[in-house]
This record gives sequence, structure tokens and C-alpha cells, in this order.
Amino acid sequence: MGFLSSVKPVCIVLISFAVLALLSFGANAEDSPKPTTTKPPAKPTEHGPIYTAPPQPLPEPEKSYLPLFTLNYPRVQIPFEITLWVLLASFAKIGFHVYHKITIWVPETCLLISIGLIVGAIMHSVHEQPPAVLTSSVFFLYMLPPIVLDSAYFMPTQPFFENVGTVLWFSIVGTLWNSIGVGICLYGVCQIPALGVQDINLQENLLFASIISAVDPVAVLAVFEDVNINEQLYIVAFGESLFNDAVTVVLYNLFNHVAELPVVDAADVFLGVLRFFLVGLGGMLFGLVFGFVAAFTTRFTRKVREIEPLFIFMYSYLAYLLAELLSISSIMAIVTCALTMKYYVEENVSQRSCTTIRHVIKMLGTVSETLIFFFLGVVTITTDHEWNWGYILFTILFAQIWRGLGIVVLTQIINPFRTIPFNFKDQFGLSYGGLRGAITFALAYTLPNTIIRKKLFITATIAIIIFTVFIQGISIRPIIELMNVRKTNWKLGTINVEIHTRLMEHITAGVEDLCGQWSHHSLKDKFMRFNNRFIRKILIRDNRPESSIVALYKKLELQNAMEVLDTISGDISAAPSLISMHEEKASNKSSFKPKRTFLASDLTAMHEILSKNMYKIRERTMSYTNKHTLPNDSRAREILVRRHTSIRRSLRARSFQGSESARSQKYFSLPLGQSLDTGYATESIRLNADGDPALELHNRSVRPKPRPRSKQPRFSTTRARLDPLQELHSTVNMEDEVRAEESSHRPSRQSSSSSNSRSRAPLQRHSSLGTPSVGEDDPEGDEQQLESPPPAWTPEPPDRGSGGPRNPLLRRAQWKPQDK
Amino acid sequence: MGSRASSLLREEDIEEIKKETGFSHSQITRLYSRFHSLDKGENGALSREDFQRIPELAINPLGDRIINAFFPEGEDQVNFRGFMRTLAHFRPVEDNEKNKDPTAEPLNSRNNKLLFAFRLYDLDRDDKISRDELLQVLRMMVGVNISDEQLGSIADRTIQEADTNGDMSISFSEFIKVLEKVDVEQKMSIRFLH
Repeated sequence: MGFLSSVKPVCIVLISFAVLALLSFGANAEDSPKPTTTKPPAKPTEHGPIYTAPPQPLPEPEKSYLPLFTLNYPRVQIPFEITLWVLLASFAKIGFHVYHKITIWVPETCLLISIGLIVGAIMHSVHEQPPAVLTSSVFFLYMLPPIVLDSAYFMPTQPFFENVGTVLWFSIVGTLWNSIGVGICLYGVCQIPALGVQDINLQENLLFASIISAVDPVAVLAVFEDVNINEQLYIVAFGESLFNDAVTVVLYNLFNHVAELPVVDAADVFLGVLRFFLVGLGGMLFGLVFGFVAAFTTRFTRKVREIEPLFIFMYSYLAYLLAELLSISSIMAIVTCALTMKYYVEENVSQRSCTTIRHVIKMLGTVSETLIFFFLGVVTITTDHEWNWGYILFTILFAQIWRGLGIVVLTQIINPFRTIPFNFKDQFGLSYGGLRGAITFALAYTLPNTIIRKKLFITATIAIIIFTVFIQGISIRPIIELMNVRKTNWKLGTINVEIHTRLMEHITAGVEDLCGQWSHHSLKDKFMRFNNRFIRKILIRDNRPESSIVALYKKLELQNAMEVLDTISGDISAAPSLISMHEEKASNKSSFKPKRTFLASDLTAMHEILSKNMYKIRERTMSYTNKHTLPNDSRAREILVRRHTSIRRSLRARSFQGSESARSQKYFSLPLGQSLDTGYATESIRLNADGDPALELHNRSVRPKPRPRSKQPRFSTTRARLDPLQELHSTVNMEDEVRAEESSHRPSRQSSSSSNSRSRAPLQRHSSLGTPSVGEDDPEGDEQQLESPPPAWTPEPPDRGSGGPRNPLLRRAQWKPQDK
Repeated sequence: MGSRASSLLREEDIEEIKKETGFSHSQITRLYSRFHSLDKGENGALSREDFQRIPELAINPLGDRIINAFFPEGEDQVNFRGFMRTLAHFRPVEDNEKNKDPTAEPLNSRNNKLLFAFRLYDLDRDDKISRDELLQVLRMMVGVNISDEQLGSIADRTIQEADTNGDMSISFSEFIKVLEKVDVEQKMSIRFLH
């Protein structure tokens, strides 16, 4: 049944885009002017036909009626065809996700190429030509910038800068190594008379080699993610693919120029090297300048929020075009522009603009890449190829060998300089994951026609792309899993081991972060200080914290509301219980239970639960590496929300006990009587550095209960579960002088009560599961909140020992007791 | 490098810390500049707020407990000595360490590392991880989709596996025994840069 239901939408999709395809071909074919009902000379229909009376006498005056329906294809031809092709490619993308298991085993690029092949076959049978999309100017001016902007914008900056040396090393030196190595080897192969390619000289070989050394390993990172490869590998692969493109394009232009020279001497080589550096550094400089200008501009856009995203796009595109104008590396320009711009701009613009920017960039990048791979498939069938077994097979062979060799050698050289060296598994992943992608194809297609063997090169390029994408792309997942599995212990470790090792990993990761362990730490510190003192003042609009409290609070509440809406669909209580257990009510109270026997199936279920649900460590880069989706920081948010909730809950617990805590509280954000730096702390968590400006929490919980209660509250377990997701309480920034905050407290307090009411509703829905006293507490408490000055909260009460009926989740004793 | 910062750290302090923790001179200076950069109040001691300003700790599920581990019982300020003493637990174990003080165990021994982890569970310092304490930590480490019954079962199984004397809680010796095959030295070590 399930299969049938998934077949239906697939059929619909296939049929609809077959129709679309045919329509576009039909449109293509009808280039000639269509028969119109207007008399010549024809004018567009909206102006109505214009009659010029023919000068010859007519036998009878012919009365032409107003044409009701006219068809004017040439007018809309170009945009119409573009739209149809884009739609076709996008339908293909929808089609893949109908049956989601496909995308796990087969990377999306494979699927796109396959669809392109099918469409190409159709077109070929109808004797159609694909549109001339892949001319040099169209590709380099319109299709490449979005892809590069997408990669650059979503690059996690902090890990990137920590590894910038490795990234540049691999991309620059690696690409050079690959190009030169493969080029020379191919030249050697060309000397073999049996292959019949003796007319390809060294320059052309080098040119070809530079084209095929541009790798696109990002497609493979999704596989790595599941196998817990360290984040260093991520960022290096990610960054490498980006800078790789820049280097390849530069090399391509260089070799292109050189290929036209009849004789190459030492001066040319030297100039070539010099030009290389000039181009790269010049591009970076351009990008920096434009990035800063863009950031500066957004400082003043408060009144024109609607066009804020436009500035980002225009400035980066301008950087790209100007760099193209001056023949310096446009990719480097747009990359550095995006990197510098991102941090400052995302602070200046409104939340909506920020979301818009991210979505549009992602959309443009995805569309562009989809189209390129699609066309790859189409072009494969429709061009006339020149196939040369020997040359092509040797190309593939050498490309693989040199990449593997290159990675190994380069890693050996750079490992001593790295904080965390790459082991064999990492190196294998890097080299085997070197799929060729969009850039390779486009560059091959745009080879100048002066090269005699252009067709052979195109064929060879397409062959290597298809080989790597299909064979390596599909096989890498099983191989990596095999390698990973072999390393871990086959014997199922005990639950203890699993939990405690994860605990230790978290601890170690936390302490590492605490020490700021990465190698360029002092440099980063200096830069951050410089940044804070000078740059931010110039580029960021509102650098003073107090005026941004309310705005930040609104941002936070908005996210909270959206989260409530997202998760309200009952996925919480619907988690199936995988473990069969005895019927034990109130299972989390007593610690003296009869000894339970656990079946083996229970154990495997437990292992499965733990491995799937325990938080992985250090999710900094993991969320950025799936190229086809926006970064997902829900886990980080989950953790943050729960921490705040637990702090807040312990506040409430404390205030239940301490009736004497209702001392005068003008500033409810301050702890009782203690000095400013004890008790609960303020934190300004800027996740901006990780590229996520949306979550900025100032932690000072504001939901204390006004009335001290004598009895212990019985929080139901479901409430505890609901809390993290639904109750993000208001927070107040404590960085300023306390006095200055008082005026701003009022709006935040009122909003906090509204948040209470909002989050109360779902609570009451579930309150049937919990004890009724909880449901009563809240409304009373909240109404009182605005009237009586809320008592301050004090830190967690001292632990009373492990006995007693207190709810364990209440006893989140995170702080040592303050009472002396 | 914070020359301003290192001038506040005297040579004899550095020597003492070196003896106590085993860090090298350059490591100590480097960590001091880190300490100094965290210390926004510039009063020579870190409070909990200073730690909470580190964004990565905020998204670490055990962030609060890790911070708590730095502060000795009942205090809310930690000076540089205390900071280093805690960090010393994470120093990698070197085989060729000549033991300057044969009676005292070095801070980064396997035992002490395990004790550090144990103390993250056992907040009331009664030398036992009770079911409740275990549940608390489990709840922090696991996503929100796990029901409490499931978590309770996992906790029960954990205690059952480890508990040898039948008191329904995990003592430190039981903890050590359970983790005897795990490479604790490697998992709880950080490469401190020079």
C-alpha cells in the first residue's frame, strides 16, 4: 500500500514534466513567426492591429475583425524558455524527495544528471538542440556567482579561520599539484602513437588538467555527517571546494593564454606565477572593500527595510563584476565580500531581511547548480562526442592517482602545523570524496574553439564527471561505513560505557572551548578587540546594548512562538515506547524498585535510542555542511532553551520555599541581596560568530512566583518535557546599569505575561497528564505578576540528600547553595 | 600575546603552578592570557558569568556542570590557581613524567580524570551516583524526544550493570570498574598549546 501511494505522486510528477518538456521543445521548434491573425505588418496584440491599406485595388473591401486571440512567441521566447527549463529542473528535485530513501544512497547530483540524460535522450530523438545556455558569458556572469555566493555565505566563519592555513594549502597547492601532475602524465601518454592523440601539445594538456582538477567534495559531506567524522575534515573539504574553484579558474585563464602562445619561455612562466598571486590577492582585496562598504550601507537602512536584502546581492555581484572587469579573481572577490559582509550585516538588518537574504541566496545557489547538472545530462546526449578510449581512461586513472597522492603528501607536510592532525581515514575521505562538479563541466564547455581537440576534451570531462559522481558518489557511503564500523568495537558495549564516554566527550569539548584552544587564538583575540573597538562602531548601527533589549526580546519571542507552532503537532507525546516494560506508574520517583530483567531486545533498543538521541559533540560545522539545505540549529537551540528552563524552574522551586525572600525588589533581575556577580549570571550569547544571528539570549529569567507556597510543587513529567519547547521566558539584559533598565523592564514584563498566556494554552492541554495543581499555579501566578513586585529568586536550595519524594527534575542543583 | 597580562603573573607563581599541575611555562602563560581575557571585571578571579559568556559552553549540554566544576565548594570566584588546577585534569598523560612528589597522585592521572567525570554526576558529593542524579544528567544529554519512561529504563539498566553491592547507586569504585576498558586518558585529554 505504501508503495502504491508513493508511486502515484511520482507518476504525476513524471507526467507533468514530460508535458512541460514537450511543451518547451515545441516552443523551441517554433522559432519561425507563428501565423497570426493580424495582417502584416504585425504589431503586438495589445495595441490592436494596425492596418496599412495595401496600395493595390482590392476586388472587394475586406473587413478585418478585431483579433480575439493572437500568438506572439518571439517576444517572450527567451524568458519563457528559461522559465520552463528552470521549472523542469526544479520538478526533478521535487521528484527525488518523494521517495526519500533515494537521496540517502544516491547523491542528488547523480539524480539530476540522470534526469538530464533522460531529457537529453528525448530531445535527441526529436532532433532538437538544447538552448545555448552554456556560453562563456552566460555561465560566468549569471550561473557561477550564485553558486559561489551560496558556498561562501554559509561557510562557518569561526572554524574556517581556525583552519584557513590548511584550506589554502590544500586548495592552492593541491590544485597546482593535480593540474601539473595530470597534465604532464597525459602529455606523456599522448606520445604513445597507438592512442592517436599526438597532436595535443603540453599547453593544451595542462589546460585540460587544470579543468579537471576542480573538485566539489561538498556533495559527499552529507555522508560524512552520519559517520561522525571530525569537524576539521568538514571545514577543510568545504573550504577546499570553494577556493579550489577560484584557483582553477585562474589557472584556466592562465593556461588558456599560454596555450595560445607558440613558444613558452622562462619569462612567461615567471610572469604567470606573478600574475597568479596578483590575481588572488587582488580579488581578496576587492572583496574586503566591498564587504565593508556593504556593511556600512546597511547601517543606514533602517527606514528602508524592504530593500535591505538588495544591498547584499548588489554589492557582492558588483564585486564580482568589477573583478571580472579587471581580470582578477572574481570568485575570490565574491567570497571575501560575503565573508566580511555577513557578520556585520546580519547585525544591522532586521530579522526578516536576514531570513530573506539567507533564503534567497540558498535558492539562487541551488537553482544554479541544479541547472548546471541538468544541462550536463542533456548535453551528454545531444553533443557529438569524440571518444578516445585510451585518453579518457588514462585521464580518469591519473586524476584519481594524483589526487590521492596529492592529499597524502600534502597532509604529511602540513600535519605538524595542525592542532589536530589528519589520520588515514580523513585522508581517504578527502581524496575519495573528490567528485568533480559544476565548474569542471562549465569550464570544459567554454574552452576556446582554437583548440583542435575541443570535442575530445569535452567528452573526457563529461566522462570523468559522470564517473566520479556516479561511482564514487554512490559507493562512498558504504565504504565509509565499513571503515568506521571496523574501527569500533564489534561487541556491543555496555550502556554504561556509551553514556559515560559521551559524557566525557562533552566535558572535554566544553573545556577545550573554554580554553579557546585553537591555534590562532591570540591573533583572534587581538582581532576581536580591534573589531570591537573600531570596526563595529563604524559599521554597526546600534552598538549600545540598552536600546536593543526590546528589539532582541521581540526577536526571541517570535522564534519561541514559531517553535511552539512547529512542535505542537504532538511529536512529544507520540514517541513510541520502544522498550517493553512492566506497568509501573510514577516510575521516576522511587529508587527502590524490584530488580528488573532486561531482555536483549531491550538492550539493543536502548543502544539505538542512545545513539540516535544523545547530543553529538560540537555541532558547530555539522549544521552547515549539507549544501542543499539551510543551516539547522535546532539542536543548539534545544540545549539552550532547556538550560534556561532548568534555571528558571529551579528559581521557581526556590521561591516556593523561601517565604522570606520577598524583600523589596525594585530590580527583579537582581538576585536577592547578593552582589552582582553571584547567583545567576547574565550571559550574552552571541551565536553570531557561528553565523546564526537569530538566537541571542540574555539570560535573566523573569518568571518568579509572587506567592510563596508551602507545599512542594508536583511538576508532572510531561510538563518537564514540554517546558523546554514551549516556555522560553523573557530575558533581560543585565549588561547595563541596573537603573537604566527599569524603564525598559516594563515593556518586557508585559510581553512576558503575554508569552505566559501563549505558552499556557498548550500547557493546559496537556495538563490532564500532570497533576492539576500545576495548572492552577500558573494562571494565578501570572496574574499576580504584574501587580505585586516579584520576589527575587535565590539560587537552588541545598540538596537534602537522595531520599524523599522530591521530583528529580526539580533537583537540578546546578549551583552550590549561596546561603552561608 | 598579552604582555600586559603576563606581567601580572609572577615568576614564583608560575613555578608553583608548574609544580602542582605539570604544565610547562609557556602553557601557563598562554592560559593566563586566556584567563585574563575571560576576566572582564579584571579582579583576578573568574565568576560564573565570565564562564557563561563563552558561547560554545552555552550550547554544550553539560555546560553548566562543567562551569560548576571549576568552583570549589560554596565559592563563586575562582582564581588562576584554581583555574589551572581544574584544567590540569585534562593534561595528556605522559609516560616519561618523573614524579616529583611520589606520594601525591598527579592531577591528570586516570583516577583523577575519572573522579572529575564522577563529580559531574554526583553533585551532592556523597560518593554515589543515585538514580536521580543519573537521570538528571541523562536528561541533559539526550534530545527532547525521549520519554521519561524510556530514560528511566535506561537509567535502571545503567545502575544494574554497574552496581555490584546492591545499593542501587554507582559508587566511585564501581564507576572505575565499569570504565576499565575505556581509554579515559585519551578521551579526557586536551592538547594544550605552547
